Amino acid sequence: MSRHLYKYLREEVFPTPFCPGCGHGILLQAILRAIDELSTSGHLDFTKMVFVSGIGCGAWIPSPHFKADTLHTLHGRAIAYATGVCLTRPDLKVVVISGDGDLAAIGGNHLIHAARRNLPLVVICANNSIYGMTGGQVSPTTPEGCLTETTPFGNEERPFDLCRLVKSCEADYVSRWTVFHTKPLIKAIVKALTSKGFSFIDVISPCVTQFGRRNRLFSIYDYFQEIKKVVISYEKAKVMGKGDLKGKIIIGEYD
Amino acid sequence: MPERIEKALLSPQRYFLAGNIACAEGALAAGCRFYAGYPITPSSEIMEHMAKRLKEVGGFFIQMEDEIGSISACIGASWSGVKAMTATSGPGFSLMLEGIGYALMTETPIVIVNIQRQGPATGQATRPGQGDIMQARWGAHGDYRIIALSPWSVQEMYDLTILAFNLSERYRVPVILLGDEVIGHLKETLLVKPEVVIFDRNKEKGKPPFGGELIPPMPAFGEGEALLVTGSTHNEWGVRKVYHPEVQDRLNRRLCEKIDKNRGEIIRFETYFTEDCDICLIAFGITARSSYYAVDSLRKEGIKVGLFRPITIWPFPEEELKKIPARKILVCEMNCGQLINEVQRILPGKEILGLFKTKGEAIYPWEVMKKIEEIL
Ligand code: SF4
Repeated sequence: MSRHLYKYLREEVFPTPFCPGCGHGILLQAILRAIDELSTSGHLDFTKMVFVSGIGCGAWIPSPHFKADTLHTLHGRAIAYATGVCLTRPDLKVVVISGDGDLAAIGGNHLIHAARRNLPLVVICANNSIYGMTGGQVSPTTPEGCLTETTPFGNEERPFDLCRLVKSCEADYVSRWTVFHTKPLIKAIVKALTSKGFSFIDVISPCVTQFGRRNRLFSIYDYFQEIKKVVISYEKAKVMGKGDLKGKIIIGEYD
Repeated sequence: MPERIEKALLSPQRYFLAGNIACAEGALAAGCRFYAGYPITPSSEIMEHMAKRLKEVGGFFIQMEDEIGSISACIGASWSGVKAMTATSGPGFSLMLEGIGYALMTETPIVIVNIQRQGPATGQATRPGQGDIMQARWGAHGDYRIIALSPWSVQEMYDLTILAFNLSERYRVPVILLGDEVIGHLKETLLVKPEVVIFDRNKEKGKPPFGGELIPPMPAFGEGEALLVTGSTHNEWGVRKVYHPEVQDRLNRRLCEKIDKNRGEIIRFETYFTEDCDICLIAFGITARSSYYAVDSLRKEGIKVGLFRPITIWPFPEEELKKIPARKILVCEMNCGQLINEVQRILPGKEILGLFKTKGEAIYPWEVMKKIEEIL
């Protein structure tokens, strides 16, 4: 990690708990880069930010890494806790960072209602399509056919498209990127941090340990190759048929 | 000093209103400025009243998507430096228990009102019950101490709500107000005094917020303290230490000790004709009202009956109960027998009987009197 970002980190909690090759480290850095950009230009004050997370590997991105006010809550409830913070303290910038299991399974109800209310929240989903911390069980974003500890014969359920779900609640800003698209990802986080209403960013982040190991993606490089194959921009996807889009990851801003 | 005298919000006079409204007004008087809730009978009037009144006093109100969201939002608001409350009934209370556990572990002051009805499950949604006292004490997982108060009148719905906030702020613990449907919907006189004693949380810059002393200071978000708040085992600065047995032990012990060591200041109870009684009734909430009436009537007939009324159900006034000289004890409660177990534990060797009613209606005074005449 770039030295100039160290000021945002609690160095005393190092080493980080993330596995080698985990995408969450890249996401962590992308968030800090966006914050740094806005702080240096005077648009954001790090001491006036509150980071709320639930349970899981994704929730560990802000807590305990960030040297800011952090609220590490119950599984699935991060957005509900954040609701209490952002309603009572409109002077603070409240950012929720958690995983797909936390935000979309157990926390799905809070996600759609916060989006419907268009609360001034930034929600970043560290989406690795699996339950990493509990040992690799299926999540609501696991693609069909993928192997997990609880889908030993391949996932038979359809996954959520979280961006389409949140967009349908008329949230202010919705976009999806992968951790391999760092530049646009940072831009997206900057945009989310400066928009007024509910912002949601779905970030595809590789979990080498739990998802990769079971699905023949043994390294971050294999992941990168796989993602290169299936990723497609929102604009291109617009003109494509439903059948062609099967298995694709649509990245970009949702309008 | 964190304790201060504040002018009452309502003009000091007599009012005639329902217990649930008195509870909401008590909360506002105590400084509550955030309410998150989900509708459930028989507690909804508290939320409806708060929706209107919080706007008037510059507070925040939100009807959440469920009870789990409600308690979560309250905890978030509390860490933002605002006094927060939610109200519910049995099924909603069950949903909130994980959140109550989180508030215990993170030492977050919040007030949870449970206007009890008959359960289990949906039970009798519009009928009174007193079956949640053990759930209030033991419902959340893990080991802890909690404070639960039981009002027996509209006046106490007001006074004890204020007390609930003060205890919650002073000891940094979630406090439960255990009412019941009768008290919630009962209309009677409420006397609002001109002044309210208010306890505000202790804030000290740079001090560890989760240890160092029995009740550590509690800063809020946005005050430059870079707070680490987590429901996981943590050290005095909030850093997760889940593999450190001694950190867990120290934290867990302190969570219990801060209540245990302050029992004397927390415990509240009332006695009526207990100095010379042969039979002592033990009752709380609306049941204590019927028992009180029964004692009055029987005393006129020369029967030596007394009443012991715990106001703090948790911690239970144990030592005080042991001092009652009665030969026999009669525990009256609107459930199949819960508090009686606690009384049996406190008074081994005494003859302890129970009067239980689970019909979804209050225990009437004549039922208490009949039972006493039977066991005399
Ligand atoms: S289990 Fe997966 S998501 Fe969790 S830290 Fe390891 S690689 Fe990252």
